[in-house]
Amino acid sequence: MIQFLQNLGNSTLSSFAKLGRSSFFLIHTLTAISGVILRPRLLLKQLFSVGVLSFLIITISGLFVGMVLGLQGFYILSDFGAEETLGVMVAASLVRELGPVVSALLFAGRAGSALTAEIGLMKATEQLSGMEMMAIDPIKRIIAPRFLAGFISMPLLSALFSSIGVMGGHIVGVGILGVDDGSYWSQMQAGLDFQDDIINGIIKSIVFGFAISWISLFEGYDAIPTSEGVSRATTRTVVNSAFTILGLDFILTALMFGDI
Amino acid sequence: MQNTKTLDTLVGLFVASGIAALFFMAMQISNLSSLSDDTTYTVLARFENSGGLKVKSSVSLAGVNIGRVINISIDKETFQSIVKMQIESQYSLPDDTSASIFTAGLLGEQYISLEPGGSEDAIEPNGFIDITQSALVLEEIIGQFLVDKASE
Repeated sequence: MIQFLQNLGNSTLSSFAKLGRSSFFLIHTLTAISGVILRPRLLLKQLFSVGVLSFLIITISGLFVGMVLGLQGFYILSDFGAEETLGVMVAASLVRELGPVVSALLFAGRAGSALTAEIGLMKATEQLSGMEMMAIDPIKRIIAPRFLAGFISMPLLSALFSSIGVMGGHIVGVGILGVDDGSYWSQMQAGLDFQDDIINGIIKSIVFGFAISWISLFEGYDAIPTSEGVSRATTRTVVNSAFTILGLDFILTALMFGDI
Repeated sequence: MQNTKTLDTLVGLFVASGIAALFFMAMQISNLSSLSDDTTYTVLARFENSGGLKVKSSVSLAGVNIGRVINISIDKETFQSIVKMQIESQYSLPDDTSASIFTAGLLGEQYISLEPGGSEDAIEPNGFIDITQSALVLEEIIGQFLVDKASE
């Protein structure tokens, strides 16, 4: 019994300690971002490894998600003779939900895990301590550019995902199943609002980008510096990012679209 | 250095395609291209019943979309519904224009259709459209029909 209470207390304290460490880490990173602007080359390199290398998985997934939406939507809508509204269905579900969420999940798997592994390995091989020895702040030099790159890439990737998904829905709906081209686009434009749908989708993806960058960089920075510790940190990044994205998505959706 | 140049180009391409996608979403997917806030004026209309009319329902003239409903409220004294609509200022309407609420298709959305009259004077911004026809409520029509049948 005493053992159980001890374990409970210990895990509570350590999770609070981790929350505190991650908050300090975030504040430190945010203050270091101004330094990145003076060294754009560091940011450029990270934009390449975080953004450009995620480009392919995001565009291909976006295309297939859009095509599946077109197919499924057509079968259901044609029961009601409403296949002209396929465009609204595909675009609304992509722009509001699937675009930000699925691209964030993919981004966490593709770029977030890589960031954690990279930072964790740097810590395990004592590169970060080496930098500190040379009076170079690793947060400024290593963490801040990666954080900013994730923050910038995420909305762009999510916009790409949604746009290519809409094209994928167009390929299947208009190209194969024979929905009218004009009504596909015009119903979409009539049904979606710039302020309510597009801007809110972009806000979601910015929030997700912030959360993923924070989680993955902190997990790497906080990893136990052994090969097992790094592997655990990488797993935690993907799991925690997925939970955070889905939880945040519910809260944001309730705030933006609901009357709660 | 060749390597940094390709890096620059790829990052540039990535950012450009991302911005193009944002632009595509704004112009092609949403209705941003058809809406310009600075060149509109508002007109009000009283209806006995505004039915299923919603904010952002379209306002059309001769079948062409020329504006949007921006607010629907209740007049506390007459218990009528006051619909505020925003109309592009390139279209000036005569002051005896009439407004009716129609339904697009059998199950479609409701919209306001404007029918211009023959007056020389244009309607003022924030002015009222006096001649209106309320939305058709299906239950009322069916009720009317049943009453007519019964009295035969």
